[in-house]
Amino acid sequence: MLSINNLHARVEDKPILKGVTLEVPAGEVHAIMGPNGAGKSTLSYVLSGRGGYEVTEGSASLNGEDLLELEPNERAAKGVFLSFQYPLEIPGVPALTFIRTAVNAQRRARGEDEIAAPAFLKLAKEKAASLKIDFEMLKRGLNVGFSGGEKKRMEIFQMAMLSPKFLILDETDSGLDIDALKIVSEGVNALRSPERGMLVITHYQRLLDYIKPDRVHVLAAGRIVASGGPELALQLEAEGYDKYVGAAA
Amino acid sequence: MSLSTAIENSDLPSRRHEDWRWTDLRGLIRTVPPVSPVFFDVIKSSGPFEGQANAELIIANGRQNWWPGKDAETVEFFEHDAPDNPYDRASLPMAAIAADHAIEPRASIIQFNGDDAASVRFVSATDGTSHHARLGVVVKAGVSAVLLESHEGRGDRYLANTLIEIFLEEGAKLERIVLADDAAEAVAVTTAIVKVAAGATFNQTVLTGGARRQRIETHVAHPGAHAQVRLDGIYLLNAQRHADQTTVVTHGGVDGVTTQLTKGMVADQARGVFQGRIIVAEGADQTDARMGHHALILSDRAEIDAKPELLIFADDVSCAHGNTIGALDEEAVFYARQRGIPELEARAMLTQAFVGEVVERIEHDGAREIAAAWVAKQLGRSEEGGAE
Repeated sequence: MLSINNLHARVEDKPILKGVTLEVPAGEVHAIMGPNGAGKSTLSYVLSGRGGYEVTEGSASLNGEDLLELEPNERAAKGVFLSFQYPLEIPGVPALTFIRTAVNAQRRARGEDEIAAPAFLKLAKEKAASLKIDFEMLKRGLNVGFSGGEKKRMEIFQMAMLSPKFLILDETDSGLDIDALKIVSEGVNALRSPERGMLVITHYQRLLDYIKPDRVHVLAAGRIVASGGPELALQLEAEGYDKYVGAAA
Repeated sequence: MSLSTAIENSDLPSRRHEDWRWTDLRGLIRTVPPVSPVFFDVIKSSGPFEGQANAELIIANGRQNWWPGKDAETVEFFEHDAPDNPYDRASLPMAAIAADHAIEPRASIIQFNGDDAASVRFVSATDGTSHHARLGVVVKAGVSAVLLESHEGRGDRYLANTLIEIFLEEGAKLERIVLADDAAEAVAVTTAIVKVAAGATFNQTVLTGGARRQRIETHVAHPGAHAQVRLDGIYLLNAQRHADQTTVVTHGGVDGVTTQLTKGMVADQARGVFQGRIIVAEGADQTDARMGHHALILSDRAEIDAKPELLIFADDVSCAHGNTIGALDEEAVFYARQRGIPELEARAMLTQAFVGEVVERIEHDGAREIAAAWVAKQLGRSEEGGAE
């Protein structure tokens, strides 16, 4: 599924990723943990194609297809979904309009027919109900005036509507209280399937109590310095990142 | 003056006029083009506000040549001897030219005697010629009216100059929607002189895609006296188009309200001009005036010139203006692209949302929908939110 090999990337002249190698097979959830400044968010942005990041070496592919050559929207159409740490507010574009535009753009890019309005609305109502999102909220400007928890639920809602092949969750737990965390996690878990891979980026172990990873990787100073099972996350929670920060430097 | 008196290039405003410094006509038009020919075929086509008004007046190439409307009692059309030109060449050069050189010797008048909507279509179906027209609009006391005004370029390189004089009697209300779809190489100026009586409401929204040079100018004599004025605008310009929205509101008495919101976008080498002036005369206390102009520049070679002015000679007033010019939020563009929306579509969607606030302020339901569809079309989007 997702295959990252010796990935180097920099912002302006500052190298951030210094040789990341990672395989996430279909059906698995991998967590990336690490201290602040390790390059966790950079990794998510490089994979999704945000401007301002220059890949200087290495590769990243999804199901054998080179991601780094594609525009961000083309990557999305291939199935890459990034759940933002800080979802944007888009005044004047109702959430439903935004999501329908996105769904149809992806369908067009894949050579599929656009979704008809009744089918779209039916699906939106179902998914909104399962995430406890008030349907009226979807008629307002996307994320405008939403709380942190509502914004994250809206990210999961978009995920559910777009049904991507590969999810990248960037610090999805930040700013969430425990109730919101449960709802969001349930939403993510509902999307787990043998065909879908996930990369869960988080600073704290807490999220992994709810979204159980198959593998945990430690990213420090731009490299993966340790990998293991779920127990690695518990160990990090207990011991902190100190020994990895030292080792990577 | 009569029609035979030729207009000279030197009659046109130039950049030496302070109020025309960004919309220089004299430098552009070396020789004023000959008078436009009669054009009859316009009745075969429909205008952008089709179906929204019972009564329709068409002024094609400066000639009032058809009013196929049902001429309901609520809306009356007639001709009136044009009064002498009251406009000063120095302060209102194009209005003065229109008054002096209107092709029709008598002015067309639309009078609202009861609540209704009327559409007036200024059609320019000609190439390389010029025409000047003069229209009067009267809204009788207590009547609520809607004027759906379109400027339709069916030819190119024309010079169209229109003078509209609007009179709102006491307690009257007029919503004027102007949709200006001029040709790329056209020069078009529309000047509205609006006189508002006590307790009247004048609401205006101008939507324009510009022209080679285009100016839509509105002067409002505001009596205070619980009268309310709203002057809004949207300009969406690409290629080498130019659009100038100039407004002057003079508050002459106590207790008047004015709100203004203009939003625009310029791409390519386009140029947007906003000049908003609110004058609060001595003694016009309790005036409440707010002006906002906000624009997006989407290209390094595009230009926006904005001049918001508040000239306040009274003590007890509440006046404010805001003026911002910037680029689209690149974070939002990336967010939309990450969801699969191609870059151009994402930019168009965000621009549409940016100006949508002005569309929402249009009260007339049909006109609001037409305005929203016009914005979408102008940005290359379908109304459903997908690409065309």
